[in-house]
Amino acid sequence: MNKKSKSEEVGKASFKNLSGFQIKSLYDPEDISNLDYKKDLGRPGEYPFTRGVHETMYRGRPWTIRQLGSLDSPTEANRRARHLIQMGATGASYCFDMPTIMGRDSDDLLSKGEVGSCGGVAVDSIVDMRNILEGIDLEKISFNFVSNAQSVAILAFFIAVAEERGIPLNKLTGTLQNDILKEYQAQKSFYFPPRPSMRLVIDSIVYSSEHLPRFNPISISGYHIASAGATPVQELAFTLANGFTYVEEVMKAGIAVDNFAPRLSFFFKVHNDFFENIAKYRAARRMWARTMREKFKAKDPRSLRFRVHTQTSGSSLTAQQAENNIIRVTIQALSAVLAGTQSLHTNAYDEAFSIPTSKSEKLALRTQQIIAFESGVANTVDPLGGSYYMEALTNEMEAKAWNYINKVDEMGGMIAAIEKGYPQGLIAEAAAQYQRDIEEKKRIIVGLNEFADEEEAEGEIREKDPAFEKQKVADLMELKKNRDQNKVKTCLDEIRNVIQGTENVMPSLIKAVKLHVTLGELVEVMRESFGDYSDVSVY
Amino acid sequence: MNKEKLLRVMVAKPGLDGHDRGARVVARALRDAGVEVIYTGLHQTPTQIVNAAAQEDVDAIGLSILSGAHMTIFAEVMDLLREREMPEVLVFGGGAIPKKDKDKLQSMGVGEIFTPGTDTRDIIEYLKKAFDFRG
Repeated sequence: MNKKSKSEEVGKASFKNLSGFQIKSLYDPEDISNLDYKKDLGRPGEYPFTRGVHETMYRGRPWTIRQLGSLDSPTEANRRARHLIQMGATGASYCFDMPTIMGRDSDDLLSKGEVGSCGGVAVDSIVDMRNILEGIDLEKISFNFVSNAQSVAILAFFIAVAEERGIPLNKLTGTLQNDILKEYQAQKSFYFPPRPSMRLVIDSIVYSSEHLPRFNPISISGYHIASAGATPVQELAFTLANGFTYVEEVMKAGIAVDNFAPRLSFFFKVHNDFFENIAKYRAARRMWARTMREKFKAKDPRSLRFRVHTQTSGSSLTAQQAENNIIRVTIQALSAVLAGTQSLHTNAYDEAFSIPTSKSEKLALRTQQIIAFESGVANTVDPLGGSYYMEALTNEMEAKAWNYINKVDEMGGMIAAIEKGYPQGLIAEAAAQYQRDIEEKKRIIVGLNEFADEEEAEGEIREKDPAFEKQKVADLMELKKNRDQNKVKTCLDEIRNVIQGTENVMPSLIKAVKLHVTLGELVEVMRESFGDYSDVSVY
Repeated sequence: MNKEKLLRVMVAKPGLDGHDRGARVVARALRDAGVEVIYTGLHQTPTQIVNAAAQEDVDAIGLSILSGAHMTIFAEVMDLLREREMPEVLVFGGGAIPKKDKDKLQSMGVGEIFTPGTDTRDIIEYLKKAFDFRG
């Protein structure tokens, strides 16, 4: 290749961020001449919260280091959580294996080979939830469940175990991911069509607002949208549009905005472009606060706060020269902190080819601790606020995100837009463009399309226990054999009735799981009424 | 294969996992390169995939698996192809698959395994070579 044309090509692309904005060589006061400090930025902890949702940010309390991960069996997941709590963690975080995520029991034919997969724990019945929570103080520890379509079942298991242990529900803290809209757009872990799925989400938010006032019943997630290929500005736009949709739907169910909005939480991804990440968060806080106040008439300041969890970018990790991922994770994590995240998960460097080992997991945790305790970046709030570039980028991010959100509104809202394949189409297009940019070297990925090695050895791999799946299936079959079958049938009939009506589904689910009705059975009885959903496969 | 005929490739997403970015990006790149692509969509069982491959008379099946279930799923697809007497169908794949499993899969008769970071042009080259396809 001609050297000159190559450097021109590289140069051209590198002046665009991932959202495709053309970045100027210099920003000066002209670029932010319309910026009104009080109106557009304000002090941290004050409307419109551009500079942060808390007044003192990390000086008051550092961000929560929340490393996600479970191991295949409930007992192992419990052991891991207890170990982390012993080391000072105040939260436990659980993700689930693919069958649990897809509403299938371990003994389902479709679950074969996937029980305990994806570094997640297999949950079939209340017995598994009892084991997961065994010996952990439910009043002191906050619990995060990365559950989506299966969230009502997971919430029912959690509540049922708490009730068995005599814990008042108003003491429970934690978060359910429970964001079904992004599943249709991106992660694709759905089983029912969007509208009945929304009803389950709304039932769980309404139930939580009445019984679990300290629990976040939803984490509205851009992470997966970005991982599926969306650009950062699309991630911002679709996440907020999804958030506004949940607000509208819960209000339609008769709950006043300030009775649930303070408990809505968010989840973003930080990708490779450092400043773009930060602008996305600053724009998100301002857009959320203004819309909640102006459109939804929220009065409680807590309803206006865009509280966000962050994870570094899984899709930016490379299998080639995998140790380079340590540096990528560090830069991404630093941007999340400068963006004012409330909590953070740093990825392990080996995730492009394996479930993390304990060594890589530990290094990911240490990365955050070095940023928190050695770098000094947490000593002041929003240190980039007022930068000509940062403020101009924040404004551009906001303006372009509104274009997408307005388009969704024109289509009749997010559910209609999903049914028309609008976000899915844009995400597929962006994913293809990103791949083309890498192949044409318009975007350089070190060790992949530039500075690559010929051949390299692979690091240590975490092995899955082959006996686990067999044992899990055997235990489940034993449980199904030994329960009161008449009561199970009565419970399922009751759920069927509730599903066909408009009553909140949560009480009947909680009752059923206490009698050993399984997750797969709950989903199956709902499927009879709701039907299956298959995706519009856009590529 | 007959060089007059277009190369037909099924891109399949077996199992319960919905992470389909790789499958969709590859499907699109193959289509853009002049390959006839049949994308199965999500959550397919090995039986559904092999049935569809037979019906569609494809030359190759590309399986995308990120859940860690690759050893089970590839083995089942290979067994089914043997049972159905479709040995001419090339099975290749991609996803989060460690090198040592790649070797085991290839000893089962699976073709190339493309891991994250693969240039889609390498996949196209591989298929062209395998089928002497001129595009």
